[in-house]
Amino acid sequence: MHPLRKRRLILIIIMIIGVATATGFALTAFNQNLMFFFSPSDVQAGKAPENRLFRMGGIVVDGSVKRSDTNTDVWFDITDNEKAMTVKYSGILPDLFREGQGIITKGKLNAKGEFIAEEVLAKHDENYMPPEVAATMKKKPTEYIKE
Amino acid sequence: MIPEFGQFALIMALIVAVLQTTLPLVGAAKNIPAWISVARPLAQAQFLALSVSFGCLVYIFIQNDFSVLYAANNSNTRLPLEFRISAVWGAHEGSLLLWALSLGVWTSAVAIFSKKVPDVMIARVLSVMGFISIGFILFILVTSNPFERIFPAPLEGRDLNPLLQDFGLIIHPPMLYMGYVGLSVAFAFAIAAMLAGKLDAAWARWSRPWTSIAWVFLTLGISLGSWWAYYELGWGGWWFWDPVENASFMPWLVATALIHSLAVTEKRGSLKAWTVLLAIFAFSLSLLGAFLVRSGVLTSVHSFASDPGRGLFILIFLVLVVGGSLALYAWRASAIKSNTRFSWFSKETALLLNNILLVVATATILLGTLYPLVIDALNLGKISVGPPYFNSVFIPIMVPLVALMGIGVFVRWKQDSIHRLKKHLLAYLAISLVLGTLSTMAMPTFTLGAMIGTTLAWWVVLNMGSSFKQRFKTKAISWDGLKKTPRAIYGMHIAHIGIAVFTVGVTLTSIYSTEKDVLLIPGESYSLAGYDFKFIDSKRIIGPNYEGERAHVIVSKDGVVIADMEPEKRIYTVQRSPMTEAAIDAGLFRDLFVAMGEPRGDKGGWALRLYHKPFIRWIWLGTLIMGFGGLLAATDKRYRKAK
Amino acid sequence: MLKIKFLLPLIAFVLLVALLAAGLSNDPRKVPSPLVGKPAPYFELPRLDDPSVKFNPQMLKGKVWLLNIWASWCVACRAEHPMFNQLAKQNIVDIVGFNYKDTNAEAKAWLRQLGNPYSVVVTDQKGLVGFDYGVYGVPETFFIDKKGIIRYKHIGPISYKDLNEIVIPLIKELRAEK
Repeated sequence: MHPLRKRRLILIIIMIIGVATATGFALTAFNQNLMFFFSPSDVQAGKAPENRLFRMGGIVVDGSVKRSDTNTDVWFDITDNEKAMTVKYSGILPDLFREGQGIITKGKLNAKGEFIAEEVLAKHDENYMPPEVAATMKKKPTEYIKE
Repeated sequence: MIPEFGQFALIMALIVAVLQTTLPLVGAAKNIPAWISVARPLAQAQFLALSVSFGCLVYIFIQNDFSVLYAANNSNTRLPLEFRISAVWGAHEGSLLLWALSLGVWTSAVAIFSKKVPDVMIARVLSVMGFISIGFILFILVTSNPFERIFPAPLEGRDLNPLLQDFGLIIHPPMLYMGYVGLSVAFAFAIAAMLAGKLDAAWARWSRPWTSIAWVFLTLGISLGSWWAYYELGWGGWWFWDPVENASFMPWLVATALIHSLAVTEKRGSLKAWTVLLAIFAFSLSLLGAFLVRSGVLTSVHSFASDPGRGLFILIFLVLVVGGSLALYAWRASAIKSNTRFSWFSKETALLLNNILLVVATATILLGTLYPLVIDALNLGKISVGPPYFNSVFIPIMVPLVALMGIGVFVRWKQDSIHRLKKHLLAYLAISLVLGTLSTMAMPTFTLGAMIGTTLAWWVVLNMGSSFKQRFKTKAISWDGLKKTPRAIYGMHIAHIGIAVFTVGVTLTSIYSTEKDVLLIPGESYSLAGYDFKFIDSKRIIGPNYEGERAHVIVSKDGVVIADMEPEKRIYTVQRSPMTEAAIDAGLFRDLFVAMGEPRGDKGGWALRLYHKPFIRWIWLGTLIMGFGGLLAATDKRYRKAK
Repeated sequence: MLKIKFLLPLIAFVLLVALLAAGLSNDPRKVPSPLVGKPAPYFELPRLDDPSVKFNPQMLKGKVWLLNIWASWCVACRAEHPMFNQLAKQNIVDIVGFNYKDTNAEAKAWLRQLGNPYSVVVTDQKGLVGFDYGVYGVPETFFIDKKGIIRYKHIGPISYKDLNEIVIPLIKELRAEK
């Protein structure tokens, strides 16, 4: 083969192998690591997967936060103004976690249907509402007077 | 008056930028010397106007002029002076002005330091940079004016977000922006070369030092951001694969690829079209980063404050700049002839592989960052792509890249044979494996990941040492030889050793860190990784613009006291936001980290977060070494020569 | 001569732009309020001028009124405040100020400085009632009709344009209803 052709062919093969491997990695990683977002109503309706991490968001219900006095366990309810879910978390909550605040948690459902959170996220602005949470807040057909 | 004056200066900068874009470009096309030579003075004038405008904003913050909406939103009389100054770039409007100012600094520097470059070329380069400047200044004036007044003026400002009241954040944004914007220089050189139809090796030589310096800023900027996140966010993490972080990391990866491909184009005249494309990509990703962060299309901290109107503006600008340059590329690149050939085993191939790996890595990060947007646009639900995705995709790409580094330095240009290097490489591989295994055995447990990471690091360090010795100008190591060896050679080897140090840090921290959230009452201790953390007590404290609690924790190992740690929990009075100030006992081989959670129970107990992080300093040490290497390479005398 | 391989980057970029434009059109602020079309949630909160006196929405039954959520720490509220001063002068609607997560002293100082367009100001220092109203960010303004139904919610500050194009026409429309 002509040396120039040969060189091109080799380069193209290298590129294809590289891109194919990377795509393979990306797709498997995607399948394992995509995390869906559900509202407490979705979870109560059984839409959330079992034994798989997902994210759940809502507003922390007033007066629902209970802390253990002997270890770092904490329980609280989050709601989308329709259904509420109890979340259990072991560890330190973020600085801006508080009642009435919109938050997102990441975790799994256990056999009893409780949500065991691995991570609790509250953003750095107390007037901030995560867009995912805002979008799922008790969505009902509503009409705007002004279109 | 000052705010109006600042705004006026900004409008002046816009007018000068318009002149700087049009006159030299027309002059270069029609060969009018007077219009060509006006480019440099106009660049200086624009820089001056931008500095005045920025200076006005700084003055407004120092003087606590809360009749300016932006100052009222982001400052406070009780804020210490240094933070009042850094508050200037603490939010959207001011950080954009800083962006524009950085562009002014680069434009001015190109005008001053490129004396050896032909005037026609510089005229085109400054014209392209002027166009980018128009976009940014217009964006500021139309959608995000930092000089907007508010009437009636509030007596007190809303204060700076407490997270940003920190030394790291004073210098992180300026460094990062200098890096982002610095990539516009290589971009402008590439566009100018295409406009002139002269895509030879010259533009590559001229843009190499600029690209290296921009890369140094970007490296240090990202690294500072990571360091800040580590000690200020109170989570002990150093990288989160957050969209905002990715937005800064993607340009870095492509800039790294660009540095390597510029070397090929300059030295061998190969890969010309590819290098131009990389120069366009690198700067485009900077702009894309600005779009993603500022438009609020991705979930980020500032989403609620972001404005779709701003996003639309940047999108249109992105289409003009990136679309325009890619169209120009499609038109002009066809005419490029890369006339030098290279065999499959050559330095060219090694550097091309480096480029492919880096670009593929960038593409996977881009995919992960934009995928939630795709799913949302198709109405398939709300998803997020977490760190596990990025880790599982990124690491397999980086391992061969680092391995390649050790081979690439030895391979000759154009053609080489494996036989020549086989013996040496196999020997070094064996030594690296032994040293890597021994290093891992010194750790608490033996893991394959740690062995791969340390072996790679040894492999790079040994090969760089050997390669440096070969390139030495004199036979024996002597002072004379040290002086004669070009800085670029030092820089290249040092930067690669920086990667090795970084690899050690990342690998060992990820594998051997231990952390625990515990509830301790005064007098109690907890043992973590052989260290005893004893919680003594917690006291009330009052600061200038906050109040809070300070805990006292004594750490000892085998009965010997090692550190007195005093983490704090602060409530900033104006915004009433709580902040965790972690206490860190830093060391070369391990960091100890204590952060306060919340008070629990009635015995004065506190939930505390304890960390033991081995080798975490090596991450930032590695980036510092990389940055130093880049600086040496950029200041090589060779680049200051005319031909 | 154009070669197709040099056009590929441009084509990829066009696709990316289409995606970004689609992302941009999903405005996160267009969150429909679940409360629109429903009775205004009941509350009883102390008045700012005299905390011993409570106010509840029943007191305004049969009237069209606005509930404006504000706080002294909110700079955007400062921007919309002159609009309410102007609206109050027209005397066509009762404006109830809802002081959110604030202290009484600061709220009072604010009203002294900027003027008080409100018929009554209630205080919700802990933000408990604000939660019932699904307050995402301050300022927000609810429009409540004669039957006590929330008819519209305005998120963010009211601008001069909003005042004339949305607020006043809507108030007139609601007043014309039985």
